[in-house]
Amino acid sequence: MATSTPQATFLDANEIVINMGPQHPSTHGVLRVILKLDGEKVMGTECIIGYLHRGVEKIAENRTYVQFAPYVDRMDYVAAVSNGLGYCEAIEKLLNAEAPPRARYVRTILTELNRISSHLLWLGTHALDLGAITPLFYTFREREEILKIFENYCGARLTTHAFRIGGLQYETYDGFEEQVKAFCDYFPPKVDEYETLLTGNRIWLERTKGVGILKADEAIDMCVTGPVLRASGVKWDLRKAKPYAAYAELDFDIPTGPNGDTFDRYFVRMEEMRQSIRIVRQAVAKIPEGPIMGKVPKIMKPPVGEIYHSIEAPKGELGYYVVSDGSTQPYRVRVRPPCFINLQALDRMCRGHLVADVVAIIGTIDIVLGEVDR
Amino acid sequence: MPEEKPPVVPKPGEAPAAPAAATSAAKAAPEAKAHPEKPAAVAPSGPVGEPWTGEIVEALHKTFPEIAIQAFTYLTQNYLIIPRESVVPVAMFLKTELHFNLLADLTAADYPKREKRFEVVYQLYSFSRNERLRVKAPVGEQESIESVIPVWSGADWMEREVYDMFGIRFEHHPNMKRILLPDEWEGYPLRKDYGILQQDERWVRENLHIESGQ
Repeated sequence: MATSTPQATFLDANEIVINMGPQHPSTHGVLRVILKLDGEKVMGTECIIGYLHRGVEKIAENRTYVQFAPYVDRMDYVAAVSNGLGYCEAIEKLLNAEAPPRARYVRTILTELNRISSHLLWLGTHALDLGAITPLFYTFREREEILKIFENYCGARLTTHAFRIGGLQYETYDGFEEQVKAFCDYFPPKVDEYETLLTGNRIWLERTKGVGILKADEAIDMCVTGPVLRASGVKWDLRKAKPYAAYAELDFDIPTGPNGDTFDRYFVRMEEMRQSIRIVRQAVAKIPEGPIMGKVPKIMKPPVGEIYHSIEAPKGELGYYVVSDGSTQPYRVRVRPPCFINLQALDRMCRGHLVADVVAIIGTIDIVLGEVDR
Repeated sequence: MPEEKPPVVPKPGEAPAAPAAATSAAKAAPEAKAHPEKPAAVAPSGPVGEPWTGEIVEALHKTFPEIAIQAFTYLTQNYLIIPRESVVPVAMFLKTELHFNLLADLTAADYPKREKRFEVVYQLYSFSRNERLRVKAPVGEQESIESVIPVWSGADWMEREVYDMFGIRFEHHPNMKRILLPDEWEGYPLRKDYGILQQDERWVRENLHIESGQ
């Protein structure tokens, strides 16, 4: 029986193609990744996206500027406040209007709280993907406090539509400053708690150090932005490079990482949470009095022209390219999605790693499929 | 007791505010008014900008004397309009000599009234200069444009999305396939002549074998 050579079966093939399907607990949404494996080593990946494509850019051409604002929350639904900030600021630029100082400060505070809540969700789910179940509960407990602030401010927790073109619609509620200050005191020890759980943990270090290395020049070549770029060593943050809202008047640092691996991206985001608390503390102490809505026309008809405005969203550079034809509806709205562009780097980061590292790398890029697909 | 008709979603241009009722007529009317036709044959109609001069423009004119590069600025944002054949050499020059090393965005827009219908738009950023630049290249309906993947490899998916949404082919792209829509989708949604009603009618006819009631 053993004299004849056994028939070659597909199990003998050198490369196996496996589908990490759109329904998968670790792909953070409906993302399909086709993995080419040699045993357990990844030879190549291919991402199939578009399962959550809703045609937001086409919808924008059929809504007025004000009507389109709630749609932008739904793209990166985890960081809806940032999306709204980018859109409102882009249209304000197009209208040559400016939000008053009080509005800019409140916008900064809410956007930074949103950055913290987005990073908390990222941390909880990323740790969960790698097997650490406890951080999820801790981060969601903190996230509840932030969502309570959002709910008290604008009535919604997730898709907030907090800002309006020209400023804010709602004045801050009674107790806003106290609640935000209380959160600023409550939160920093919690970040230390997460660090004690994860940073020195041998299992965490084994799973994240050296995994998914993206060097700085590769990252710039792949147009990656945000914490992924900063972890690769490029000290660049749009809040410092091209300040918007109230960031020019506030003092904060930009964390970077030396190697560009998963651990550095984790470290950069943890530090960003601490820096965000620093920003919020300063901003809350100096909110100026004054109006909350600038001078914008009731019927918005920006002059014929175009604008590209981008902000530092928690995921990267979120840009809006808006072309106006002088009517009440935009002619073209293009959203520059940071997650979509960062996800391109997945292939380069995964090569040579094991299948389990693919999960770590998808988590570390911090994708939200609503933004990848729009 | 409904006082007003609920707004029908597919009809473009309908807004609830009464003063905007003027735009609830066919959308083509306000658009035709709002695209001022510039007298110069080369300058495309659309966004209006003031001419922009400076060291970058001079460096470009010096290096590429035979290419018609127009430079404008609008609301302090500078942009160049270059012919589609020269995209890769100009992009390589901008990246290597003028240090615009980050391609922030690659997208397109459809201006059906123009001679060259599409405009592929590149948003560039330079870390060392902390400066943004927009580069626009008009592309006609059946024409294709060279892929800038050799210059910035992150242009890959962005070009696939432009192909998916507009139908503009990028030459020498390693994987020119649809990215957001299913591979067998017909039509290019972000073109101005692509109606949502038409999409619904086709789907209903093919899958349910009845006429759509819209």
